[in-house]
Amino acid sequence: MTTLPIETDEHHSDHHHDEEHPDHRLFGLATFLVADGMTFAGFFAAYLTFKAVNPLPTGAVYELELPLPILNTVLLLVSSATFHQAGKALHQNATNRCRNWLLITAALGLAFLVSQMVEYFTLPFGLTDNLFASTFYAATGFHGLHVTLGALMILIVWWQTRPQSGRVTHNNPFPLEAAELYWHFVDGIWVILFVILYLI
Amino acid sequence: MTVATSPQVVAPKPRLQPTGWLRYFSFSVDHKVIGLQYLVCGFIFYLIGGLLAGAIRTELVSPMSDFMARDVYNQVLTMHGTIMIFLWIVPVVNGAFGNYLIPFYVGARDMAFPRLNAVAFWLIPPAGLLLITSYFLTGAAQSGWTAYPPLSITTPAAGQIVWILSVLLLGGSSIFGGINFIATILKLRRPGLKLMQLPMYCWAMLGTSLLVVLSTPVLAGTLVLLSFDIIAHTGFFNPTLGGNVVVYQHLFWFYSHPAVYIMVLPAFGLVSEILPVHARKPLFGYTTMVYSIMAIVFLGLIVWAHHMFTSGTPPWMRLFFTIATAFIAVPTGIKFFNWLATLWGGRISLNSALLFSCGFIVNFVLGGITGVALAQVPFDIHVHDTYFVVAHFHYIVFGGSVFVIFASVYHWYPKFTGRMLNENLGRLHFALTFIGFNLCFGPQHWLGLNGMPRRVAEYDPQFTLINQISSAGALLMAISTLPFLWNVIQSAIAGPPAGDNPWNALTPEWLTSSPPPVENWTGEAPLVEEPYGYGVPVEDFDLTAISGRDLWSSGK
Ligand code: HEM
Ligand SMILES: [Cu+2]
Repeated sequence: MTTLPIETDEHHSDHHHDEEHPDHRLFGLATFLVADGMTFAGFFAAYLTFKAVNPLPTGAVYELELPLPILNTVLLLVSSATFHQAGKALHQNATNRCRNWLLITAALGLAFLVSQMVEYFTLPFGLTDNLFASTFYAATGFHGLHVTLGALMILIVWWQTRPQSGRVTHNNPFPLEAAELYWHFVDGIWVILFVILYLI
Repeated sequence: MTVATSPQVVAPKPRLQPTGWLRYFSFSVDHKVIGLQYLVCGFIFYLIGGLLAGAIRTELVSPMSDFMARDVYNQVLTMHGTIMIFLWIVPVVNGAFGNYLIPFYVGARDMAFPRLNAVAFWLIPPAGLLLITSYFLTGAAQSGWTAYPPLSITTPAAGQIVWILSVLLLGGSSIFGGINFIATILKLRRPGLKLMQLPMYCWAMLGTSLLVVLSTPVLAGTLVLLSFDIIAHTGFFNPTLGGNVVVYQHLFWFYSHPAVYIMVLPAFGLVSEILPVHARKPLFGYTTMVYSIMAIVFLGLIVWAHHMFTSGTPPWMRLFFTIATAFIAVPTGIKFFNWLATLWGGRISLNSALLFSCGFIVNFVLGGITGVALAQVPFDIHVHDTYFVVAHFHYIVFGGSVFVIFASVYHWYPKFTGRMLNENLGRLHFALTFIGFNLCFGPQHWLGLNGMPRRVAEYDPQFTLINQISSAGALLMAISTLPFLWNVIQSAIAGPPAGDNPWNALTPEWLTSSPPPVENWTGEAPLVEEPYGYGVPVEDFDLTAISGRDLWSSGK
């Protein structure tokens, strides 16, 4: 009788059931963010191609000012740092500090959205004015949607870190970690967007 | 999140999920239930898509537009393509077999994210219903499965918007599925199981899921922009507003060329599971297969513009995409010869599963050859948008993927249901399908070479006879579904019991009962280090002993 190319791995079965099932949710989220990033990549590729081959029609206006977007960039970069502080605080089981940092992060995010709105209303072109205007609004709008969702997530996490809630704690940091990963992603996208839409 | 533990240690918790047939209509999180939900749901859409194909071929029996109005023809054609791709082949080769088999293959009790998995499935029926009801409510989209602007901007807007919505839902479903497969294959392998020991279908699904995750979002973003063009009158792809239609084509094909691999790579994997079992030989060239899959994934992402040789692409682009496309034939060829070598000298049982697999090999190589021909610019300019292209991709998506789906149903039905299918009906099904398929699509090469354009309801009367032959083939294919349907329904009720492992196979899904218990194994998952260890004659194995828990309790 030939031995089968199959093993039963006896010794392992003894402790398998006691061990915690490892958490793959952050991995799943990271994979999702790769996908999400590809959507932005598509928008950016479209924008750059338009720029390369479609001349701006005569009389059309497409001009961007730098001050507000620079402020926006700073707001988001700082908010990434404050979120990181919140994560660190939770890690050290300093819930109150964590909640304060979360609030600051959310405030920075909301400030970004307000500033983005101000930019929208002061720009000399509208959504349907020309190809570049449309692409600009599509890309920044899609990003703004992400910031809005992210800010909501932060506020929810903030709510869940209340001591009496106990949903997000030192021992169960997943919601905070997920929101943090997402937030860093959204910030990273903004930096690319800033370079492509405003600087190039 | 903890996963339920083995019944030996803890008594199973009372399940909130319904059991029995009802669970197939529930938000079940069992990967096997979800797999079969995908399969049956996909098959229903296949029948609907098939009816639409029948309508198309009926219209084309005569050169005049007499069976339906021209705009109805366009709607039927669009729904046919969209249903077959997004509601039948993609969900079935990925979702159905992927969900059923991957957890077994990695030695897990379920997918990494069971609830996400159920969400992914339940996005499909509403998306399909949306698409189909749009025909009755507003008129369906008319611009083909490619939805090229400006056509998609100028045809009636309501149908096109519903089409976009439906495809977005299906794309979302596909992405959620892809994330789940990647996490399951990379993260949920049982301890001791190495990547290079995984059954080939895992590799195929890993590659496919990478393509899904990288390319589907681009389609989603593009369709959102297209919907802006339709609803908000932006001009992304609208030349009259200064937009650029060719950018749409680039973005669309950046998804849709990988999409053809999303439809065919899993089929490669399934065939690689089926051949060794019925030829009683190890899969030939395992390592080269793995590298070929990954090469196809990579190359598949950089060949898209071979669909755009007539769209004013500059010469350097034509050169690059022709060469890159030609390169893809290399890994594809490696796989083809590996399958032949697997069969070579094997103890082949010519049952329905193997017949359909061999049919796949034959059809696929024909489709591959026409594909390489189409990648040559001077030839493609001649036959682009003719029936030659229709013939090419049907040889691949029908002759390839659909043949493999049938092969897989014949192969895994005993596992799904615990009962055997009727072999004679299966062979009849194969013969009718194979003849009907080649009769239907073979002559379309000739039509295309002689200049018959695709996507038209009326054609030059000189093409009448060949079109009638093609329609006769379509009729034969329609008839071929009957023995299949009868077989799967009647065998589910009265088929002979299959036992746990009717094919004496070695991959893990066969090492448990048929149908398998809720968490796949009563006890530890087996560690299968050589899923294709068929080198030795069957008699030398005590295969009856390796079923269900015997395997680990026999004290081997
Ligand atoms: C050796 C591999 C292949 C090569 C070189 C190849 C090449 C091509 C080329 C150049 C075209 C464009 C023809 C034209 O529109 O003028 C094309 C069309 C197409 N191919 Fe392939 N192909 C290959 C494999 C596949 C596979 C594996 C599939 C599907 C599973 C597939 C599905 C399609 C489809 C659906 C179209 C038509 C798209 C449309 O215009 O609606 N091909 N192929
Ligand atoms: Cu292609």
